[in-house]
Amino acid sequence: MLALYSNPRLLSVVRGAVERLTETLGFPAVECRSITRAVDEALTNIVRHSYGNRLDKPIAMYFRRTQRRHEGEVQHGLEILLCDHGPGVDPSKLRGRPLEEIRPGGLGLHFIRQAMDTVEFTRKGPTNRLRLVKFLASASDAS
Amino acid sequence: MQISIRRHDETTIFDLSGDIDFANSPEVRQPLLREIRENRTPRVVVNLSQVRYIDSSGVASLVEGLKASRDLGSRFGLFGLSTAARETLQLSRLIKVFEVHENEEQALAS
Repeated sequence: MLALYSNPRLLSVVRGAVERLTETLGFPAVECRSITRAVDEALTNIVRHSYGNRLDKPIAMYFRRTQRRHEGEVQHGLEILLCDHGPGVDPSKLRGRPLEEIRPGGLGLHFIRQAMDTVEFTRKGPTNRLRLVKFLASASDAS
Repeated sequence: MQISIRRHDETTIFDLSGDIDFANSPEVRQPLLREIRENRTPRVVVNLSQVRYIDSSGVASLVEGLKASRDLGSRFGLFGLSTAARETLQLSRLIKVFEVHENEEQALAS
């Protein structure tokens, strides 16, 4: 579990931790980078949209190994849960923008969805919960 | 993140290094836009070879630079894309809208 404040200067610290964790769990380098990018963008969204750029609000991150049975094989993976206490978010607004548009902004959600196998947003009591899961490719997928 | 600015004839070169994220992307956006809009430099190129990480707000800063250049009829380009920068720009599908060069020599010769 990692507890931090909504200070953007901490983003680089989290990226370092997630990159090392994903390496340790055996994800290929490109997926280490994409998972790290997804977590970074998710935290940025919390800071910007949930907490309105305030620096002193709490964010909790939980990491655990998970597994699923996929096409007859057990796949191991990483589950990341990000929790904040900002106002409730309308899930219909968590879509991102069409990539055909050439304009700044709105790319973060696209990066998150591209990187992760599961992206789930729920509200539980006063807490926004973003659950991200990425599974390691099984040996047969890699061959 | 570090940023340094060089001038070569009618081109201004921005050398960026380190991580560009939500904490520091305004430090990229502001001087880029000042160079384009206030100094009216005919061409701005951004060196991304030493960029270890760039997030969506960093990409947004580059897109703002591109749009400002287009509005004024000047040129805006990128060169030396690091692995991280190339991946992020490809994911955003914006890489094709930028003038991208392999290195500084090619960028200046174009």
